[in-house]
Parts: sequence; C-alpha cells; structure tokens
Amino acid sequence: MASTTHSFERLDDHRMVVNLGPSHPATHGTLRIILELEGEYVLRATPEIGYLHRGVEKLGENLSYAQFVPLTDRLNYCSSLMNNVGYAQAVEKLLDLRIPPRAELIRVLVSELARIGDHIICIGANAVDLGAYSAFLYLFKERETLYDLFDLAAGQRMHTSFTRIGGLFRDLPEPFMPLLRQFQESMPRAIDEMERLLTRNPIWVDRTKGVGGISAEQAISWGYTGPCLRAAGVPQDLRKAQPYLGYDSYDFDIPVGTTGDVYDRYVVRTEERRQGLRIVDQCARRLEEVGGPVLVEDYKVALPPKDKVYTRMESLIHHFKLVMHGIEMPVGEVYSATEAANGELGFYLVSDGAKSPYRIHVRPPCFPIFSSFSRLVEGRLVADVISVLGSLNIIAGELDR
Amino acid sequence: MIIGRIEEAKPGLVLDHHAFRGDSTAVALPERLLELAAFLFEEGFQQLLDVTAVDWYERDPRFDVVYHFLNLTTQDRLRVKIRLREGQAAPSLTGRFHSADWSEREVFDLFGIPFTGHPNLERLLMWRDFPGHPLRKDFPLDGGDAFCTGDTGTSYAGRPCSMEL
Repeated sequence: MASTTHSFERLDDHRMVVNLGPSHPATHGTLRIILELEGEYVLRATPEIGYLHRGVEKLGENLSYAQFVPLTDRLNYCSSLMNNVGYAQAVEKLLDLRIPPRAELIRVLVSELARIGDHIICIGANAVDLGAYSAFLYLFKERETLYDLFDLAAGQRMHTSFTRIGGLFRDLPEPFMPLLRQFQESMPRAIDEMERLLTRNPIWVDRTKGVGGISAEQAISWGYTGPCLRAAGVPQDLRKAQPYLGYDSYDFDIPVGTTGDVYDRYVVRTEERRQGLRIVDQCARRLEEVGGPVLVEDYKVALPPKDKVYTRMESLIHHFKLVMHGIEMPVGEVYSATEAANGELGFYLVSDGAKSPYRIHVRPPCFPIFSSFSRLVEGRLVADVISVLGSLNIIAGELDR
Repeated sequence: MIIGRIEEAKPGLVLDHHAFRGDSTAVALPERLLELAAFLFEEGFQQLLDVTAVDWYERDPRFDVVYHFLNLTTQDRLRVKIRLREGQAAPSLTGRFHSADWSEREVFDLFGIPFTGHPNLERLLMWRDFPGHPLRKDFPLDGGDAFCTGDTGTSYAGRPCSMEL
C-alpha cells in the first residue's frame, strides 16, 4: 500500500514498521494498522480499512426496503438488534409512520439488551487483550444468556433481523419473560464481580488511565459520538437529546467522564450497562400493561397475517403487491439517527418513489472515531495501541460496510 | 431557523432550501461552501457528522455532495448540499472539521469526486488501483472489471468484460 512504501523510504537504523493486522488477535475484526516505531514508541499509526467492505450501500440500492433489514444485521454484528431498529426507524420516518406502542416498547427493550451485550464484548475483549482473562469469562457467561434471549425473540442469536417496516416480525414468545427475569437478577451481580476485578485493579488502572485521552473539543471535531464522546465530558446522548421510541418516558441517567481516556471509556460503558438494566426493568414492567399488535395493520406497508392471506382475496392481493412491487414510497430524503452502542448510527435514505431506495447511506459510529486513531496513540508505547484499540470498540463490519 | 439566520446574515449564500419530515436542507454553491461552513461553525454547528454523495447520473450537474451538521447545544440538524458536475472538485472541510478527513476520502473513493485542499486524498475502502467508482450509478452491481475472470472473459453475472485480461 502507498503508506507502507512511503514509510519504508524514510526508514533509517532506528525506525521499524510493524503491521498490526489485518489478521491479529487484538484487532477483533479485519482491520490493519501500520505502525511506525522508534524502539517501543509509536511515531505514526496509519489505519488501513476496507478489508470487510461488502458494498452494503450499493446492494441496498438494488434491494427493496424490506430486503435491506438482513444486511443491517451485518453492520455492527455485536448489536444487530440496534441496527435493525435504526434502519426500520429511518424507513418509518420516510413513510411518516407511527408504530404500535407495544412494538416501540419491545424495540426499546431489545435495544437496551443489545447495548448491554455490546458493552460486554467491548470491555471483555479490551480486558482480555490486556491480560485480564477472568473479567472476560464472568461477562461472557451473561452474554450467553443475552444471546439466548435474542434467540427466543428473533429466532437467531447473531443475525436477528427482528424488525419489520412498521413494527416487529413477531411478539415475544412465552419463555422470554422468565429468562429475562433471570438475566435481570444475574447481570447486576456480574457487573459487580467485573468491577471488583477491574475498577481498582492496579494493573488495569496503570494500563488504561491517561492512555488515549482526548479533549471534548477535539472529540467533537473528530465526529465522536456515543460512549467515547461522553467519556470526554460531553453529555450527548440521542436518547435524551433527541428522544425517539418514547425514550423520554424512561428514567435513566447519562454517565460522563472527564479525560476521555481508556479508563473513562471503561467507566462510562460500565455505568451505561447499569442504566441499560434500569431501562430493561421499566420495559419489563410496562410489557405486562401494554398489549396490542406489534406490527402496523396497514397492509400497504406490512404483510398481512398468513391466515388472512390464505383465506381472503384482498389480503392475498396486498401480500402479492408488497412482495412484488414493494411499499409505495414518497419521494424525498431523510436522515434518521439512533443512539447505538457505539454512538450515533445514522441512515440517510434518498427515495425517488421506486421499490428500492435511490441511495442508502449508513453513518457508522466507529468510522469517524477510528479516523482519529493515529492522534490517540502517537508518542505512546506499542502496548497502549492495543489498549486504545480495544476501548474504541471498532467493529469492522460497520466500519467498512 | 438556522436557514433564516443564514439568509439574514449572508444573503445569497443559500440558493435553495426545503424541509421534509422535519429535516431541513440548504443548497449552496460549491465556491461558497467554506464560507457557509465557517458561518455554521460560528452558529454552533460544530459537529460534521457525515459527508456523502448522491449520483443523479441523468441530471446536470451530476452529483450532490451531502453534509450533515449537528448543533450540540440546540440539537438542531442541518443538511447542506452542493451540486457538482462530473470531474468538478468540492472544497475540503478538513481545515475546520477533522471528521471530514475520512468521509471525504470515502466519497472520493466511491464516487470519484475530488476535494481540493484535502491533506491525503487517497482511496479509503477500495484498493489503490481499483478501476472505477463503485457507488456511481453506471458502475455494475457485480463489481465491474476488477472481478472478471480470465478464463471466460465475463463477470460472474455473465456480463462481458471491457478490460483487457
């Protein structure tokens, strides 16, 4: 690549070029960082991305609006449910469609569960990269329960495709609530255990405090969103700032850090999981009260139920029209953003009224964050590169699309 | 709101504006984009969340470059568009917004729109000698010549290759 050849030309006796990735246990996905070193110190870090580029946006231009949902699973594959919700919300904004209250409620519930799961992976993997294997194990036991919950709700553990345009593809099944209650009991204990293992652990503190810090002003300029921005001291959370899905009716707090270093990101994510559990508790209570359908009963947008398709002519026609010609879309463009686990996940849709979007653009939260990577590690040790990389939670699937 | 303020302070800076589903869009001249970005920055739109483009291949000018700004204080969003002909360059916003760096590289990579004043305008997602710009509407869905097989002289979708293999 251009940058490598360039750096080799400038090599003298002291400098060394090290390739971190594209396949390296600490990169958690296929990304490559070209490190220019002087001894143990990093002079320059050049990220090379695109190894996982699948042309999602190009594919989306040739699929119908409903067919794009499974592709959103594969953006941030650690919290697919949130991508499903973010995309469905963008299309609903374009259609100017309100979804039923129970669908909103379940979307909030699964989003918060996915957020907890995403933070588990981020902190667990960050810790295991720095040698703290036990924290990872305690956390991943809970993650297993989470994935069982996703399995029950959506029928799949990873690639959930849970949302439909206008709601969800099904209601939560019977065994979901007992397992959720079990999770609500065990997860706070797991967080406490993890905190006992990490928060005041001298090795963890030494490896993370003051490493990879960024000021609030710089973080804003680099386009940071989500936990990384909040760790730098900016209390920006779309769930509070621009509420969607009725998030303004839930009681929760937004944790903020001060220095924006790896330790602050860890603390913010830890607290966000506790706050996520608070929202889950409120959702579980409301689920008992709020009934009704989970998909709009507008058969120009959502598929009619199968028993009606088989017995009624009109439903059969609706089904046929929806599958063959898609939803009748208004002409226009929208940008819809949700607070995903990593920050602002935006979908920019341009419709010319056809079956498939004219242009679909995904704004992944970790893309601008990763672009500042060199700034965060310049002048620091190679070991800090691993620590910073883990704390940013770069997911190659959404980075490269 | 913000569009009214821009028109008041800098008449003629916004060529056209419209709102749809609560999103407001302002269209500006490419030559005056830097001026507009500077004004928006002063007004509190300090986060450039996203830069992307849309290829209207039958229209002249062909491309829209789309910027999404966010004001963290008032939580207002603004979409700014500039229209560019094929080969025409857009001014780079990297001087004011660090986040423009990779986003503009991505637009350059996938649409072939150059940005003047960008410190390192190279391909980002595709490899360096990749032929063509994938998100253009005239770029084939099967991936183009780079994915043609030497044996059959066709792409795996059956389209004949234009490149000498």
